[in-house]
Amino acid sequence: MAKVLMKGCEAIGEAAIRAGCRNFFGYPITPQTEVPEYLAKRFPEVDGSYVQAESEVAAINMLYGGAGVGKRVLTTSSSPGISLMAEGVSYIAACHLPIVFVNIVRAGPGLGGILPAQSDYLQATKGHGHGDYKLLVLAPASVQEAVDLIYEAFDLADHYLTPVMVMGDGMIGQMMEPVDLPDMRDLSDLVEKPWAATGACGRGPNIINSLYLKEDMCNANSWKLKEKADEIERKEQRSEAYACPGDVLDVLVVAYGTMARICKTAADEVKKKDKKKVGVFRPISLWPYPYEALAAEAKKAKKILVVEMSTGQMVEDVKLAVLGKKPIEFYGLTGGMVPSPDNVAHKLRSMIK
Amino acid sequence: MKKVFGYPEALTTNQTHYCPGCTHGTIHRMVAESLGELGLRERAVGIAPVGCSVLAYNYFNCDMFEAAHGRAPAVATGAKRCRPDLILFTYQGDGDLASIGAAEILHAANRGEKITVIFVNNAIYGMTGGQMAPTTMPGQVTTTCPFGRNPDHEGYPIRVVELLSTLRTPAYLARVASHTPLHVVEAKKAVREAFRLQAENTCFTMVEILSVCPTNWGLTSAESNEWLEQNMLPYYPLGVFKHPDRSEADSAAEAGVLQGA
Ligand SMILES: Cc1ncc(C[n+]2csc(CCOP(=O)(O)OP(=O)(O)O)c2C)c(N)n1
Ligand code: SF4
Repeated sequence: MAKVLMKGCEAIGEAAIRAGCRNFFGYPITPQTEVPEYLAKRFPEVDGSYVQAESEVAAINMLYGGAGVGKRVLTTSSSPGISLMAEGVSYIAACHLPIVFVNIVRAGPGLGGILPAQSDYLQATKGHGHGDYKLLVLAPASVQEAVDLIYEAFDLADHYLTPVMVMGDGMIGQMMEPVDLPDMRDLSDLVEKPWAATGACGRGPNIINSLYLKEDMCNANSWKLKEKADEIERKEQRSEAYACPGDVLDVLVVAYGTMARICKTAADEVKKKDKKKVGVFRPISLWPYPYEALAAEAKKAKKILVVEMSTGQMVEDVKLAVLGKKPIEFYGLTGGMVPSPDNVAHKLRSMIK
Repeated sequence: MKKVFGYPEALTTNQTHYCPGCTHGTIHRMVAESLGELGLRERAVGIAPVGCSVLAYNYFNCDMFEAAHGRAPAVATGAKRCRPDLILFTYQGDGDLASIGAAEILHAANRGEKITVIFVNNAIYGMTGGQMAPTTMPGQVTTTCPFGRNPDHEGYPIRVVELLSTLRTPAYLARVASHTPLHVVEAKKAVREAFRLQAENTCFTMVEILSVCPTNWGLTSAESNEWLEQNMLPYYPLGVFKHPDRSEADSAAEAGVLQGA
């Protein structure tokens, strides 16, 4: 199919439809409101149902209901709304239900600002809701990649029976880029969901539940979640190494999302003008974090630079990958300030002069 | 011989954990009988709350969810919007529905979700050991209003059915009681009517059922029934407050009559 020019948020909505999602529940918040707006208009054409929830708390619980009856369901929000969803996501994870949700991250903490940021990294990868569970977190760096990851996220959620978060900064939601949209998913070959609460007809009741009053059963469910997390960790690490050929790098930059694109521009410039070797490593799965792939790239580098639109939330994962073998520096702006290629190039030059 | 009374198919044979004299069990039976009589059990999906009836999924013989505290109407909304052919009901206490879940019930009603809400009002938080609920009566002693609920400090009990009756969206809204056999018969009729209306895809349906909590009220079962009659009935009038087949004026008039009764 020919490429179409689409705004990130609208492309995300369309990708979900093509993945077979016909039910969206959400609450408006900048900078992602174009997703619900797009789906409110588009859903009637595909027999979809859009519900504007009274809050993000309600929206995520609607997903709990929709996923529990076996449907592909989506919500999108931005940082403050994602905080409100933490309760529901914890229940959804505990019940082994598949959902896809999107965080178009804006600056925080508090009401913060509406401009792009990457300051929800720790929330997404280390915690979010209460209890022992992990979110599969995918971070696109372009509108095309957002489309591809949303499309795939529904299959991953169904396969692992887990919540999947696609996390983009405000730029992913707001920028327009040409995209190749995937075909409409053949809905007849979706995985069966015999556990769904679809009416106890010809079988005993299906129960969607996360309450275990007996501690050994609660323990068992947590370990079941842990086993699933371990499998995801083995199979779903994704990353991209950009222009890192050769055995020696002066600096390896580690960045994700649109920040990685900016870092590539900076790296190209320093390579060209300063004749220095700079590579960029971009984690695509933020959890599971691609530790081994990063460790392999880091081996070639004299120094590591982590760049984020936060005060350095990903640095601890880079440290875990590098294990003290290379010096690590950080450069970041947050609050809606986006480091420019010049800012990053300046920092790189300070490290390799 | 014709069987005229039996164990409802929509109840499991599990023994419930409810205290002696508690009306939760009676109310479970009303729901189960209604599902059975209307032939809805195999399409039914129930949402258990957080509260004493948190384990309702062990007692209803149909598909069930266990929801987060107060969120059952949102869960039911999601399920029903995804599968409009299913029969969705929530079963919620007063803390669950009128306090932490106040937004969820209000908006589910206002959107006109085609679900049935069974709202058990026992004027207290049962599960957590007898704290004040939004429906606790003025002067009623609980562990968190040990000197009695003071309306100057805690406000007055919320009349949920009346509150939802102000919404323009069509609905079936009734308040019934469960403390005498006669009231149980009337209550069952209301529950059944709610499910019937849902099955016909008519409107949002909710039945508030005045109930007892002997354990946390610190009364015997008989005293509890008497306490409900003396204290709750005057404040929480029984009746059908809204019915999709009737004009709002009629419903208001009926509620007024019952209030006077
Ligand atoms: C988010 C959250 N807050 C608080 C609780 C603790 N809690 C459990 S049940 C309950 C009150 C239930 O009272 P009610 O809804 O009146 O039902 P009852 O037990 O009387 O049937 C509370 C506060 C919880 N489980 N979750
Ligand atoms: S504590 Fe009260 S509401 Fe809970 S089971 Fe006992 S009597 Fe019933």
